[in-house]
Amino acid sequence: MKILSHLILAGAMTAVASGAYAAGGDPERGAQLAAQGDGSGAPCLACHGADGSGNNAAGFPRLAGLDANYLARQMLDYNTGDRVSPVMQPNIDNFDEQQIRDLAAYYAAMPVPATTAPANVSDEVLALGEKLANQGDWDNYIPPCSSCHGPGNRGVGETFPAIAGQHPNYIRSQLNAWKSNQRNNDPNQLMTAVAERLTEEQINAVAAYLGSQSATTK
Amino acid sequence: MKPKHKISLLAGLLVTSPVVLAQPEVPVNLPEFKDGQYVHSAPTVEDLKNDDSIHPELKKVILKGRDMFMNTQQHRGEYVFNDMNCKSCHMGEGRKNWSGPVWPAATTLPDFRGKNQHVNSLEERIAGCFSFSMNGKPPAYGSDDMLAMVAYHRWLAKGAPVYEKNIGGRGFSHLGNEKPELDYERGKQVYAENCAVCHGDDGQGQKKDGQVVFPPLWGDHSYNWGAGMTRIFTAASFIKNNMPLGQPGSLTDEEAWQVANYINSQERPQDPRYTGDVKETREKFLNFHKHTNYGTVVNGKLLGDHDNTGDKPFLKPDVLRPRTFE
Repeated sequence: MKILSHLILAGAMTAVASGAYAAGGDPERGAQLAAQGDGSGAPCLACHGADGSGNNAAGFPRLAGLDANYLARQMLDYNTGDRVSPVMQPNIDNFDEQQIRDLAAYYAAMPVPATTAPANVSDEVLALGEKLANQGDWDNYIPPCSSCHGPGNRGVGETFPAIAGQHPNYIRSQLNAWKSNQRNNDPNQLMTAVAERLTEEQINAVAAYLGSQSATTK
Repeated sequence: MKPKHKISLLAGLLVTSPVVLAQPEVPVNLPEFKDGQYVHSAPTVEDLKNDDSIHPELKKVILKGRDMFMNTQQHRGEYVFNDMNCKSCHMGEGRKNWSGPVWPAATTLPDFRGKNQHVNSLEERIAGCFSFSMNGKPPAYGSDDMLAMVAYHRWLAKGAPVYEKNIGGRGFSHLGNEKPELDYERGKQVYAENCAVCHGDDGQGQKKDGQVVFPPLWGDHSYNWGAGMTRIFTAASFIKNNMPLGQPGSLTDEEAWQVANYINSQERPQDPRYTGDVKETREKFLNFHKHTNYGTVVNGKLLGDHDNTGDKPFLKPDVLRPRTFE
């Protein structure tokens, strides 16, 4: 039992170390901040859940297990206005950069909850989504998601977040935001270029497919 | 950014159609086809599945070839000794115009090839890619794996005229012989601004879960000094019409030339045709190396002056040999 708990602790510390130090954040302080909020809005866990799993119906993304530097970048961008969300901004605008890095470290180190749900769409829609995710639609110059988001679309580094196992409603809203230029904090317009070539049908299909995929299974 | 919305709103007022196509933020700017060129529409996997005229056994072989093409890393340490897949350079499954579509190899070979100064078969052309771009050892001629690769190429060429050489979209579209004065520092700047986010600050590429996502552009796990991509004009043309991913034509010609020169001013595994002396090798294959920085001094360093073959435990695969009919 003691060995087991040590192993778990070691595993958790490894996970914390890889997530936390990458972002220069303290996950324990991040945990407190997630519960307290920034003093003027809702605390993080009110929408993203105590386990960081988010909420599909409301379009709140899963944060647990995402790259710490990616998460920090998004929050910093909200506070500079480089990424705009009337929901997010008031809830984090009092956090300073260190607090944001603490939060990012906290969520990055969290175990990924099993958010994967069977997609409530037809097999044809899922097949289209899978094709876009893993083969792309090159005739319309749409490379597959996996060419940047990596094998299984589980994310690559701090720039390309895991999108497998992310909530379909969130993926759909973000693709539409890029497509309509409401979101443009992607480096070198890498996401804008692809999103603006996607049809509504393709966006719905790829969101449903990615949401049905495991964020962790290799 | 903002004007896009003004334009689309204005257009929405003028046109009652609910679909308003505004000028894209990131247009796809590819070269035009020339009059009289054959322009091919290569079949898709769906076409293959739906084509009852193709024997199921052949479908299996074509799909095996396609699988090798898309995931060549499954033969790491056997045919491939670097981090490349065929699709790394031949984008869009080898079907895409201006991305080195591979089907013309099936319709224009056998033919004389300047690189090795003899008549090449389709198998030999594929072997060339494995020997240089993949820094590897090609599947044996006539082997099951080579047959699968050939079948994939041949099937992609379905419907294309044999020995028609005036092909639109072939290669990467040569940027022309007029190149700017090449400046390493300028290329470095273009690289940092446009390429490093994916390929890394040191051109090392990125992997995830042991799989290559962004291929390395130089170093031990990139293409070797004999690969076509080491030619500045080839890399410049590829970059111009394919990079950054999803944004063909977004760099100026000048930027493409400069960054191609920067990338190809870095070290990489030895040319398999190495004689043991880099300057001698450059001279011996000057028809090729006059377009590369191999055997020249860049930043005070003689490029290619080493015995490093990367992860490949030999220099030259046996299939690289002259062929004569005398």
